[in-house]
Amino acid sequence: MSIALTTSTSMSTSGYPDSMRELIAKVEATRPERLKSSPPRMSAEEREKLLREWHPDYKAGTKRPLSIGPSKGELVPHEVADLLEAYPLISPEEVDLSQIDYDVDVLVIGGGGAGTVAALWAYYEGLPPERILIATKLRWGDSNSIMAQGGIQAADRPEDSPAIHYLDIIGGGHYANKPELVRALASDGPMIIKWHESLGVMYDKNPDGSFVEKHGGGTSRMRMHSAKDYTGMEIMRALRDEARNIGIPVVEFAPAVELLMDDLGQVAGAVLFNLETGQYLVVRAKATVLATGGFGRLHIQGFPTTNHYGATADGLVLAYRVGAKLRDMDAVQYHPTGVAYPEALVGQLVTEKVRGMGAMPVNRHGEAFVYPLEPRDVESAALIRECYGRGNGVETPTGMRGVWLDSPMIEELQGAGAIKRELAAMWRMFNRFGIDMTKEPILVFPTLHYQNGGVEIDEHGWTGVPGLFAGGEVEGGVHGKNRLMGNSLLDYNVFGRRAGIAAARHAKGKGAKLGKLTLDHIVAYSRMLEEAGVSNDRKAPLLLPEYRGERALARSLKIRL
Amino acid sequence: METVRIYIMGKEYSVPAGLTVMKAMEYAGYKFIRGAGCRAGFCGACGTVYRKEDEYKLRFAVACQKLVEDGMYLVQLPFAPAPRASYDLEKIRPSDNVLLKFYPEIARCVACNTCTKSCPQEIQVMDYIQAALRGDIRRVAELSFDCIQCGLCSMRCPADIKHYHVAQLARRLYGKYLAPKAEHLAQRVAEIEQGKFNAELDRLTRMERKELTKLYEARQIEEGVGV
Repeated sequence: MSIALTTSTSMSTSGYPDSMRELIAKVEATRPERLKSSPPRMSAEEREKLLREWHPDYKAGTKRPLSIGPSKGELVPHEVADLLEAYPLISPEEVDLSQIDYDVDVLVIGGGGAGTVAALWAYYEGLPPERILIATKLRWGDSNSIMAQGGIQAADRPEDSPAIHYLDIIGGGHYANKPELVRALASDGPMIIKWHESLGVMYDKNPDGSFVEKHGGGTSRMRMHSAKDYTGMEIMRALRDEARNIGIPVVEFAPAVELLMDDLGQVAGAVLFNLETGQYLVVRAKATVLATGGFGRLHIQGFPTTNHYGATADGLVLAYRVGAKLRDMDAVQYHPTGVAYPEALVGQLVTEKVRGMGAMPVNRHGEAFVYPLEPRDVESAALIRECYGRGNGVETPTGMRGVWLDSPMIEELQGAGAIKRELAAMWRMFNRFGIDMTKEPILVFPTLHYQNGGVEIDEHGWTGVPGLFAGGEVEGGVHGKNRLMGNSLLDYNVFGRRAGIAAARHAKGKGAKLGKLTLDHIVAYSRMLEEAGVSNDRKAPLLLPEYRGERALARSLKIRL
Repeated sequence: METVRIYIMGKEYSVPAGLTVMKAMEYAGYKFIRGAGCRAGFCGACGTVYRKEDEYKLRFAVACQKLVEDGMYLVQLPFAPAPRASYDLEKIRPSDNVLLKFYPEIARCVACNTCTKSCPQEIQVMDYIQAALRGDIRRVAELSFDCIQCGLCSMRCPADIKHYHVAQLARRLYGKYLAPKAEHLAQRVAEIEQGKFNAELDRLTRMERKELTKLYEARQIEEGVGV
């Protein structure tokens, strides 16, 4: 965890130190030549070899097979296994299930993009707003969805097609994806963008109304729709505004700590926990949509992360305890370009759009060493190799290594002003720390970005457990072993929508009768843990990561007020 | 280790220099429930007000994007109670007075510019409120586009304007009614609904990995920016 939790360093508060400025001169010296040509794309064999040797997924000793549960035997990172092989936070005798606080048709757990989309489509499907409830751990919208910068893919240009998109997705995912999910993602794309257009999402457009569309890593057609580099924020703002107009009820700062089941074996709601008062709330629901996002804040292998504060894999834990299967959890996405300097921003995202607009990764000698838009896993492995295999990285005053991303190339290629116009968030972020990325390159290194796998679903967002649906980063199968840029915003829309519709239909269906509420499944799960010899000092879900300083923690007392 | 003194809600702490306000508060022992969201400057959950020891004026920032400074007195305001209008976007139109109709308090703007001075995104907030008064929806949408909806502007406004809600309505009106529609998108959606790509997708979903690999490796990459 050392990279992510570094809090004991000090450094200058503006711009680059002299040691780094000297190296920037080398980047400037080679820029004119590099503007003329970039390294070629790798062959399939080169990509495979690079991944095997340098991608963190292939590092020995970082994973273990799950010892219990529906995906027993599958390899997952230790950090994930530690949460799945952990005891519940609550016990059945603490919770009075006869007192129902919310009785609804559809409970949506998670207030990010997927959850909001699921709630909206459950409403469009005919449920009255008051029969829907969104429960979320942080504020509504505080999510990875709102942080997405670069764009959203959809095959809507005449020279593109859902079939071409399909091929990019499944090739990028190393053919491990579930074909019917890939098909849904590619086919629903244009319809989703049209829906957004009708909601008033301000996508970047040309004067004739056509979208400004660019490449992302691993795309064979330019299909990246954007809203400057605030794409995720612009979509999330509009979706949330629409749900507010409709009046869909939301309870904030109330994460689900356990799913409820009934005595017929169906998922039947959840136990929420009011983070501020410490009280529990019982939600009974005919259908439940899991939209809890991913696991970035677990800091797999000690990597820093781009993810929001609440990305702690809670949904995986809850779903696993009611019998849902997980898949592709062995593949973790490291975004090639996280901030490596300044220290205060380490791990935060530098959108792929920076490369999409022409910036090239460059080593300490000013040399280009990789095609800028390989699929993310390949690009990340190339950056790691450059820093740790070839010793060509740039070292920061705190000992972090990174490579340059030559952002001034963008102004050369696209004209002066392009960065402030289309990369406003990036420019603002670096400028706050004294770095003008229109004139100086920025320093980057891979950062933990996305949970490629997750809870297995079918094309309707159903998990296979009666009453439980899932959409967004928590689910798996869509992206196989590696997601392409712009397919996560699309994923949460496509599968949030499908899960919302399926949940509403399930709730309205003739067979939708709930039996007696129960938490017996967590008793059974605890028994399995005991039988597997897991000691009960580990509890899950995690809810929030621990970032308090070591000195403060060492002196903390557990006195109840 | 170089340290700085900060005052969190009036209480003094010594923290390492080079940390953001958010990380410095955590270093001091705070565990956030409210006041931390995306931690990267996009969600607006960590609006922070501070004053320097030797200054009379209040300053504004988001805690995850601001370095601690020696002698900083700070407090977080992670929640701004600000009522918003309810509307059905399908039923309203981008008329000159629509913003004024839903948010009549914008007429109370005294042009004091406090909103602009309190914006951690350095948005020209007062200018877009003036544009809203003139009914210039496009200008409001453009000027407000980078808004993270932290609410600091509305907490400071002497006229009790809810700037960020006004701007949200303007952007949606612009995106829906004033921006030109994408014809190629409508055409593609129609083609998909007619099943134009079904046969090809059927074939791909059934295809063996070996054949898929061949197709993938041989696919034509469109020439364009970044490639």
